[in-house]
Amino acid sequence: MAVVYVNDKPVDIGNDKLNLIQAAERAGVFVPYYCWHPGLSVVASCRMCLVEAGERKPDGTISMQPRVVPGCQTPARDGTVIRTQSERSIHAEHQTLESLLLNHPLDCPVCDKAGECHLQDYSYRFGRATSRMIDDKNQPPNKPHIGEHITLFADRCIMCSRCVRFTREVSGTAELHVINRGHHSEIDIFPGRPVNNKLAGNVVDLCPVGALCSKDFLYKQRVWFLKSEKSVCPDCSTGCSIFVDHNKDIVFRLRPRENPQAQGYFMCDEGRFDYHYINARERIKVPLHKGTATAWEKVIPSLRRELAESAQKDGGRLGAVLSPFLTCEEAYLLAKFVKGLSKEARLFLGWVPVRGADDTYPKDRKGRPIQPVKFTIHAEKCPNRRGVEEILKHFQGEVVYFDRALEAAEAGDLQALYVTGGYPPRLGEWLPAPVVQKVSKAPLLVVQDLFSSEATKAATYVLPSSSFAEKDGCFVNQANLAQAIHWAVRPEHHSRSDGQVFLDLLERRGLLHAEKLRQELSGEVPYFAKLGEGDLGELGVRLG
Amino acid sequence: MAEFEPVLLRRVGKVDSAALSTYRADGGYRALTKALNEMSPAQVVELVKDSGLRGRGGAGFPCGVKWTFLPKDHPGPIYLCVNADESEPCTFNNRILMEDDPHQVLEGILLACYATRASTAYLYLRYEYGRAYRVLQSAIDELYAANLLGKNILGKDFHLDVYLHRGAAAYICGEETGLIESLEGKRGWPRIKPPFPAVEGAFRKPTVVNNIETLACVTHIIDRGSAWFKSIGVPPDPKNPRDAGSYGPKLYCISGHVNKPCCVELPLGVTVRELVEKYGGGVWKGRKAKGCIPGGISMGIMTESEFDTPLDFNGPGRVGCLGLGTAAVTIFDDQTSIVDVLYNICRFFAHESCGQCTPCREGTGWMFKIMERFRRGQGRIEDLQILEEVGKSIGIMPGTTICGLADGAGWPVKNAVAKFRLELEEFIKKGVQSESALPLAMAN
Repeated sequence: MAVVYVNDKPVDIGNDKLNLIQAAERAGVFVPYYCWHPGLSVVASCRMCLVEAGERKPDGTISMQPRVVPGCQTPARDGTVIRTQSERSIHAEHQTLESLLLNHPLDCPVCDKAGECHLQDYSYRFGRATSRMIDDKNQPPNKPHIGEHITLFADRCIMCSRCVRFTREVSGTAELHVINRGHHSEIDIFPGRPVNNKLAGNVVDLCPVGALCSKDFLYKQRVWFLKSEKSVCPDCSTGCSIFVDHNKDIVFRLRPRENPQAQGYFMCDEGRFDYHYINARERIKVPLHKGTATAWEKVIPSLRRELAESAQKDGGRLGAVLSPFLTCEEAYLLAKFVKGLSKEARLFLGWVPVRGADDTYPKDRKGRPIQPVKFTIHAEKCPNRRGVEEILKHFQGEVVYFDRALEAAEAGDLQALYVTGGYPPRLGEWLPAPVVQKVSKAPLLVVQDLFSSEATKAATYVLPSSSFAEKDGCFVNQANLAQAIHWAVRPEHHSRSDGQVFLDLLERRGLLHAEKLRQELSGEVPYFAKLGEGDLGELGVRLG
Repeated sequence: MAEFEPVLLRRVGKVDSAALSTYRADGGYRALTKALNEMSPAQVVELVKDSGLRGRGGAGFPCGVKWTFLPKDHPGPIYLCVNADESEPCTFNNRILMEDDPHQVLEGILLACYATRASTAYLYLRYEYGRAYRVLQSAIDELYAANLLGKNILGKDFHLDVYLHRGAAAYICGEETGLIESLEGKRGWPRIKPPFPAVEGAFRKPTVVNNIETLACVTHIIDRGSAWFKSIGVPPDPKNPRDAGSYGPKLYCISGHVNKPCCVELPLGVTVRELVEKYGGGVWKGRKAKGCIPGGISMGIMTESEFDTPLDFNGPGRVGCLGLGTAAVTIFDDQTSIVDVLYNICRFFAHESCGQCTPCREGTGWMFKIMERFRRGQGRIEDLQILEEVGKSIGIMPGTTICGLADGAGWPVKNAVAKFRLELEEFIKKGVQSESALPLAMAN
């Protein structure tokens, strides 16, 4: 058991291997830092985390080191003494911040990062109020073309080298590097080798100042207007924990949320920039019955009646396709509804999109993956196959795949087919014309989807679906980690979330309450037993 | 003091001094034969430790002690990096050793590798030293031909390869971990310590980094014994328990405003005045000296009144300088403006700071900009305080940077502000441009 004294307050850090920044954090003392990042190697070059350190001997005497030390590089041991409020530490903080601001343009009013900029925050908390430099600032040229999604405002850079280390250590692609020397140092790329790797967007999050900006988000919204909702990226079965940053029901960006159980600190660009469909105009907004917009109040009873009639005739000829984009709660409700109409009704797992092979990082110079793997983009481009599969297993003992649904429909074995979609348009038309021909052989075709397609044209009922940012629930990733998603934006005025539609079909009253549903689910399906608490926390719960 | 008989420079200037035959005829490789035949590696280390040889590269760390930091019973390989990246302004002692007596250095390298059980030595040579490169390479070729390098040297179980590596001319690559990074093909950014190079250095293996002159001294210590070495120089100050003494001969480079710039070998502990008057031929044009830089510009500035300070490892520290450094004394006469001196110093460090640590990267740039402004006649009195504050607070000694470059950048500024404050204030008050023309090469 190691005890560390932070500003004379003893803190027990157990047997954890911590640096002084982390040890101080345990004591509730914040030590500012720029270059240090828990997911990257330590360089101790920004010198922002300088503190006074020393050792408390067993006899109670304290011997302090004669110089300030970088907290990120110094390990905390039993008896380590940290002083962040001493004259020397404060002077070092002042000095580093003054140095960083010497050549910083202070263009906060037009800077995208303003509001979440560490240079701003620390200057306010730890810095001097005025600059003593009257000489001209260095003005390195901006580099708007360093990446497809990334732009570099070189004058704002504080040379923490996080981005350089990220491309070397995590993506392994090593596009970014430092050119020139001394106060003329700049971040740059090799000519013709832009930062276009699939993890490139992370350098924007890593950048503690407004130097690296996302072209996607640039000048779209001031960050203080944004509200963040904890969610899960639906774009592959990694299930990266994310923040959905939104304002006035518009999603402006996705950011990774640290989760050691899911993906670590980062997320891939596929997920990061694939959110525009949430606010697309082309979304289906109103339910359609035989091609005519119809009010929910009419659609729901008529749909329920038609499905029930079909089930009464022959339960085995009623089918439902459960998309892997449904949350566990939604899949559960739909399965319950369909199985409630008839025990013989058939449930299928919706189309599981797979693109290539799992993509692991870091890569070597030739693009071959190397060990140890620090980030994986899974080939399976849906968030909840595992969860839906377990629900299917529970309700009908086996998982029947989508192609069997097509076969059955083509053979005319299905009288009614309820198809849920929700696939982002990036995956292409998921029901192409030949497939639609097959499914449309079912006389009663219900399609619940985000966008119009051949399938919606052929469908008797078209119901608007909701994206991950518009619903509550949970996804189970490839490693059986159940993570909660929360609604960030409201669906369009006439739209209802998938879960709400299923609740209405089930004739249950009230609004969807994910935690209560999870309790119900955990009681009924043993695989989900651990969700009994309802609350999944920030990091999720591992199942199975 | 009786005239000192040069040891390290004995063959310099003689005919064919760089050839193996000349070196052998003068008793060359006697020390190596002795060490390989009669001594174990541990005994060599012990002997060097006993001699009190301190590193000649600038910091003056005891050489034998450095060797003992290597992990015991390491399966290898262990590397020796020879620091020949002599880029401290006005320093040229390593150059003379390498160009005129390469075998003396190479014998030291062989001995050091024998003592440390290193299997490969990398000689990191400053790029500008083209002649040294050619001379050293032909000397190495001669050694391979004579089976003094390669496998089973002198028939013993001792193998060594020496590689010459030409750096790309960066001051920072003379810092030992910067050198290692550069040698590995990376950007010359000094590493954070620990781990120290002795534990994890070049290619993540234990590594010793030694200066050329240190290794040349090793040759003579093995040859003549530690008692001989200790008979030269200054013994430790009995009042200072941390003083390891300043033993042995040292090459002093004398340059600047003297009649006869030169490199002389003298026992450690001569005074600046003696160097200037006796060996440098006095200050040029009959003028008086205003001050000097005692050991490369990173060591600070001495005034004329401090010229009686002995140049050993402790002397310069007593008058507020950083240390002995490379013992390259640069004199400036009384008509030199201290503003110009400072401007040049700041320009150098702003140009050579590697840019890794914030205080050094921005501090050196800021000081340079201030000095530039001074020369334009737009200095302010409050700038002196800024200069002093920056000079004092950047560096490894206050703990704000990774390596010692910033100490070297701050020290002369802080010295100048303290010792020449009146002149600086007068210059500011006059508000005129400096008369001397701006140097052609700007630090941009």
